[in-house]
Amino acid sequence: MNRARANALLFWGSFALCYLLQLMPLPQVLLPFKPYWLALVLVYWALETPERVGLGLAFALGLAGDAISGELLGEQALRLCILCFILLRFRSRLRFFPMWQQSLAVFALLLNDRIVLLMIRACAGEPTPPPAFWLEPFAGMLMWPWMFLLLDDLRARLRVHES
Amino acid sequence: MAISSDSTPLFAPGASSTLRLIGYLALAIVLMVADHRGGYLERVRWTLSIAIEPLYRLAALPAQLAQAGRLALADREELTRQNEDLGRRLMMAEAKLNQLSTVHEQNQRLKELLDVQRSLGIGVQLAKIIDVDTDPFRHRVVLNVGANQGVGIGQAVVDARGIMGQVVGLLPNTCTVMLITDPTHALPVTVERTGQRTIARGAGALDTLELPQIPVSADVKVGDRLVSSGLGGHFPAGFPVGTIRAISNDVTGMFAAATATPSAALDRSGDVLVVHELVDPIGPPEAATPSGPPAPAASSPVVPAKGGKS
Repeated sequence: MNRARANALLFWGSFALCYLLQLMPLPQVLLPFKPYWLALVLVYWALETPERVGLGLAFALGLAGDAISGELLGEQALRLCILCFILLRFRSRLRFFPMWQQSLAVFALLLNDRIVLLMIRACAGEPTPPPAFWLEPFAGMLMWPWMFLLLDDLRARLRVHES
Repeated sequence: MAISSDSTPLFAPGASSTLRLIGYLALAIVLMVADHRGGYLERVRWTLSIAIEPLYRLAALPAQLAQAGRLALADREELTRQNEDLGRRLMMAEAKLNQLSTVHEQNQRLKELLDVQRSLGIGVQLAKIIDVDTDPFRHRVVLNVGANQGVGIGQAVVDARGIMGQVVGLLPNTCTVMLITDPTHALPVTVERTGQRTIARGAGALDTLELPQIPVSADVKVGDRLVSSGLGGHFPAGFPVGTIRAISNDVTGMFAAATATPSAALDRSGDVLVVHELVDPIGPPEAATPSGPPAPAASSPVVPAKGGKS
């Protein structure tokens, strides 16, 4: 397997794993703490390999997520597009932040994402979600360093094997 | 390295232009509005079901394995205790069933006397909950039966203790069920003791139903059992729904508001029943044929239900 192929496998495999993790059942108390995996992985790839990540990819990934969760077609597509746009705007600065600042930036992105989601649901005429709805960005922020290190390590290993 | 080819200036818009963002956002909004009005997502999901359904099963696999492992490692004492308990319950259920069969027979005779064309026997189908979670803030579960097994949108889902919800999404081999505790769900109930009719709404918590509109003068007490009334035609009548837990006044003071605990074990996965036959369609019942001695079977034509349209 050459390097490009292994890289592509890691790239698409990480997204496939996200969809699975999103569906994975959790105990009732932990449910509000389930991070939005798809957004986290998208943030990682947009930071590290921006030539592969664009609004089109974010849109397509979101549509696939909508088809899987079966709620409202276009909901995640809109959320991920907004997230991706903000991220690509500030990418050059975010990349050189220390880890804790990066985590805070991810927190801000996810919080914004929750607000967008709240607006969409309000427009669709749904009742206001419970306070636990706002816990997800915290979970995402805490998950971010570990996920970043894991994916970074995997990519570094691929590079070493090939050179 | 790939990163060295990155020529984005530090504080410039970069590769992603605002115009493209607006284009994608508009597309997403058009999709959402179209889906909200026309429910296209169901059709998209139907065509993609060949990929979605295996994904559901794959995601549920770790939990299933864990459960199987727990079962295999359960100690002997606990199994014995469980067995005894189940045996006791079976005996009681059978005793009740025997009692019921006499009543059923009597009922059958009376119905024949009244020349009722249709029996109210309900067809049920056993289904298993697939342990996946599509969104923690919407109360949905996924079952392992779908259109190929004869399930349809709107059918009620019950477990051994009471009503769980109704089918809202359909795929060839799986279906999505909205639980009665979903904040967008409401179901018509009656208080078993007094026959008081009201509406039970989901409150967004798995252990709570809200009954926001009970007349202040109504006779409702803590501990009253709620059963489905069958009005509206979605749920079969007479299934337990919940037990009233607390009663208070609502903010306007015009109504009493009660909260109830659902009877069904909504937070536990396991076997459920999908109720197949929908009860009477909305509208007045068909015209009663004149009562009298039962007519010979050959000369009783099937009367088309004229009253069913409203």
